Amino acid sequence: MEYVIIGNSTAGIAAAERIRAIDKQGKITILSDEAYHTYGRPLISYYLLGKTDAERMKYRPADFYEKNNIKTLFSVHAERIDAEKKQVYLQGGKSLKYDKLLVATGSRPFVPPMAGLDKVPYFTFMTYADALALEKQLSPEKRVLIVGAGLIGLKCLEGIADRVKSVAVVDMAKQILPSILDEYGASLVQKQLEKHGAEFYLSDSVSSLEKGSALLKSGARVPFDILVVAAGVRPNVELVRDAGGKTERGILTDDRQETSLKDVYAAGDCTESFDITCDRSRILALLPNAQFQGACAGVNMAGGEAHFTNAIPMNAIGFFGSHVLTAGSYCGDTYEEKKGDTYKKLFFDGEKLNGFILIDLPERAGIYTSLLRNRTPLSQVDFEAMKKDPGLMAFSAAYREQKLARRV
Amino acid sequence: MKRIYVNEKWCLGCHLCEYECAFANSHLTDMVKALKGKVIHPKIRVEDGGDVHFAVNCRHCTDAVCVRSCISGALSFEDGMVAIDQNKCVGCLTCVLVCPFGAIMPAPEGGVAQKCMLCTDNLTGEPNCVRHCINNAIVYEERD
Repeated sequence: MEYVIIGNSTAGIAAAERIRAIDKQGKITILSDEAYHTYGRPLISYYLLGKTDAERMKYRPADFYEKNNIKTLFSVHAERIDAEKKQVYLQGGKSLKYDKLLVATGSRPFVPPMAGLDKVPYFTFMTYADALALEKQLSPEKRVLIVGAGLIGLKCLEGIADRVKSVAVVDMAKQILPSILDEYGASLVQKQLEKHGAEFYLSDSVSSLEKGSALLKSGARVPFDILVVAAGVRPNVELVRDAGGKTERGILTDDRQETSLKDVYAAGDCTESFDITCDRSRILALLPNAQFQGACAGVNMAGGEAHFTNAIPMNAIGFFGSHVLTAGSYCGDTYEEKKGDTYKKLFFDGEKLNGFILIDLPERAGIYTSLLRNRTPLSQVDFEAMKKDPGLMAFSAAYREQKLARRV
Repeated sequence: MKRIYVNEKWCLGCHLCEYECAFANSHLTDMVKALKGKVIHPKIRVEDGGDVHFAVNCRHCTDAVCVRSCISGALSFEDGMVAIDQNKCVGCLTCVLVCPFGAIMPAPEGGVAQKCMLCTDNLTGEPNCVRHCINNAIVYEERD
């Protein structure tokens, strides 16, 4: 059996691990257009922050490929899939035959059209190579402008804030981190970032760029030496779409992670997931989800049987020592606690917890997450107690017996 | 593999396991020096509710969601035990966000997570909470 995996990040690695656990003999090849041993992609901001380094960023040990008998082809771009002939065509004319194929191509930065962008060098912040290139430009007298106040833009900000003179952030949204926070939560985090010198231009956007400065729609002029564009990402769906596979915003798969093309699987940021906290298919570009999908794909590719049926959005993001943990969808009734710079907000309806925001209240947050992932009926727990403190006391004694007195 | 199991009905809620955990992980041999006047940050915690008490620490889940979710590869399996490499950990707390037992937590010194390593990472060598549980409410054994 020949397995080909396009993508050397979380989803691809998870698939390879599960394939190898089932099929000791099959030939596994991992292709990547990046040049590096698998690394934790979200670590690139921690790298700039000095919290990790090239060695410690390795997502799996240095001998991972050798130990698992995995062939790697790095710095290679897959150009086309022929799902009839079961071939992947590579840039440069070579091709690879597969029996089972995984497309784990991730996403790429979206760079919105901005007048003058063609005359100004800019960085994106998606890969280790991006981080290394940006790092070369950092120095204490430089001013940085980041376009985008989402997860990527603000993690970049954290990584570089103390290595440059100033960082300004511009975003069309009226608040930072609109994908994971409500307005109040965003204002708390924004204050934290401003304490580290960050300057925000919200409900605003770049009207035009010239060397050394940006003119914003509001009329403000923001000088900069380094420009980072972090205005979102686009999933890399082309390989599957051009081969005739079904795609929407992301690649569509069944709950076994197989695409509409037989023996072609997909996982990670290039795909859509069925979010069980809002009952719709959407892109959940987050590392744990890529692992869950990749592992599921790997089992099925190797002839096992796995279904991934409990996808939820969830994010753990920190800035300068503070922690923001969020999950699920923000709909339904709410429960709030605001104390100083901490914030808890739970979203629920009569029967289920739908989502939560926790700012600097990380303690035992996973118990809330388990309610989301299991869609636990709230009638089965003491939710009133749980609102204040997530604990196992709120579950039935039988549940605890199952979980604490038996192997799980 | 041997794991720590909880016999809820035997737990008196004395919290001794929390102190023994903190002592074992202080890497000191004198309990007074290790604990006196200190706020402890044990990797095991006792929940109390009326007459019900029980201790919770890492379950070393078979297909642990913390290991699967770790963004840096700092969490892994070592002979069935869920182990953390704090040198690789960047303290993002994704593991805290996903652990259904609330059994992994920020380390008190900050910047990384901490969790029960069955006392393989300290001088005691076997779970100190179990050894000192006065009523066999926490045991270390093989179960299904």
